[in-house]
Amino acid sequence: MGSGKPVRWVVACFFAGAMVAHDDAGAADPAPERAAELVRMVRQDCGSCHGLTLKGGLGPPLLPETLSEKPDESLRQTILHGRPGTPMPPWNAFMNEAEAGWIVRQLKQGFPEETRR
Amino acid sequence: MKRLLALLAALLLAACASPGLRGTGDLGLVIERASGSVLVVDTTARAILGRVEGLGDLSHASAVFSRDGRFAYVFGRDGGLTQVDLLERKIAGRIIQAGNSIGGAISQDGRLVAAQNYQPGGVKVFDAGTLELLADIPAAWDDGKKLSKVVGLADVPGNKFAFALFDAGEIWVADLAEPRQPKLAKFRGAGSQPYDGMVTPDGRYFIAGLFGEDGLALLDLWRPEQGARKILANYGKGQEKLPVFKMPHLRGWTVAGGRAYLPAIGKHEVLVVDTATWQEVGRIPVKGQPVFIMARPDGRQIWVNFAFPDYGQVQVIDTLEQKVVQTLAPGKAVLHMEFTPRGEAVWISARDDNRVVVYDTASFARLAELPAQSPSGIFFTSRAARIGF
Ligand code: HEC
Repeated sequence: MGSGKPVRWVVACFFAGAMVAHDDAGAADPAPERAAELVRMVRQDCGSCHGLTLKGGLGPPLLPETLSEKPDESLRQTILHGRPGTPMPPWNAFMNEAEAGWIVRQLKQGFPEETRR
Repeated sequence: MKRLLALLAALLLAACASPGLRGTGDLGLVIERASGSVLVVDTTARAILGRVEGLGDLSHASAVFSRDGRFAYVFGRDGGLTQVDLLERKIAGRIIQAGNSIGGAISQDGRLVAAQNYQPGGVKVFDAGTLELLADIPAAWDDGKKLSKVVGLADVPGNKFAFALFDAGEIWVADLAEPRQPKLAKFRGAGSQPYDGMVTPDGRYFIAGLFGEDGLALLDLWRPEQGARKILANYGKGQEKLPVFKMPHLRGWTVAGGRAYLPAIGKHEVLVVDTATWQEVGRIPVKGQPVFIMARPDGRQIWVNFAFPDYGQVQVIDTLEQKVVQTLAPGKAVLHMEFTPRGEAVWISARDDNRVVVYDTASFARLAELPAQSPSGIFFTSRAARIGF
């Protein structure tokens, strides 16, 4: 029986790796409704520190020109886990990893405006 | 007869065309943060009088008033400083004074308007009548190599302004007796990462909240030679802090009945401090992390709103009982509250419900609901006569 475990682990890791790869490829876009919620959250709640227009405030600007050189993965980690010792808080209670990755890609492209309700 | 009628008609027309005399003591502004506009409101009629547009990026905007209560100075995030005429409901003057701004103050004599800026970090002082730049005070630190973000700017007696330097951890007091030659007093080592400041209603103490460490920095402006000292230095000792999703604000008459009510950063608590000794005398548990803690003008109640994700609610603390006596749900994303001049009513903005709700502060009954586009700050002209507003 003991030999079954490693195999299962390998399988699990394979799937986990596939998931990460999938997510990095950018195919895992949130559904339109959730995307609209995320846009609102970034504009409004991230905006309280980064500015509604994301040109910066207490936190730095989150514009394509200021983020382009920074690796997606580290930006995603910053959003999910915050930066200890700075006011940047972790957001992993309010979004999953794929959603954080989607936000990073949108920020790098020029973040969408909120659609007015 | 015909002539008389014509004359009467002409008189009537003239009367209709002129707005009619009125004061501004019951007027105010509601910031519409996403559309760059403000609503001019009447707190007696509980009505919107009109909308003024073209004020730029108003996220985190705040306003102060000329001391005749006619003009509001609105500080926008994009560095815009806009003078709004409340009676004519139009823009009387507008400049872009910085790249990234976070608020401002008006001097004791009403002649100077000061803006505090993140980018470039510092304070700029303008003539309140013409918006001409009179003084530029860069928040230079680290031997002048860096500029710090400025927070907590407050007018203090003697035509001075007090403020804190977020990056440098310093408190500065600028004396503008000679507006073109400001004299600076710098208090270094005040505390780590001050995020906002306030002056007590008597103008004596300047208090800066600290993000980088537990406690607050206190400067006695009557005895500045004693320097800045720390109060409540141990309020979070040994306890895990919650992540902070929005910085609290220290504005508001948070001093009532000899006690100051202050936000515990990263905690669901209001700290109560005796203003004679500056020792903690209590903690009041609340629903979320406090953002604004505002005392009703008579000091009997303290109203608290909260940071994301608890910002659908507002709680009321009774200062005699020292506990929460009421929880209200004004709407989604409550961003600000403002009391009418003597506090019988409070206006609360619910950003995501696009409305402002007016409550009776004695019965907690809803008195009115006014439509507004993503409303944030609410500012009434009664601020014109208060130190620190
Ligand atoms: C309470 C204030 C605050 C809030 C709210 C906030 N941030 Fe930040 N953020 C900061 C600060 C301050 C920094 C800079 C940290 C440092 O000094 O390294 C930062 C840094 C970042 C960075 C790294 C930028 C860079 O150039 O390296 C990203 C990305 C970011 N924030 C995204 C977000 C997103 C997305 C949200 C909302 C989901 C958000 N932030 C909400 C304060 C905040």
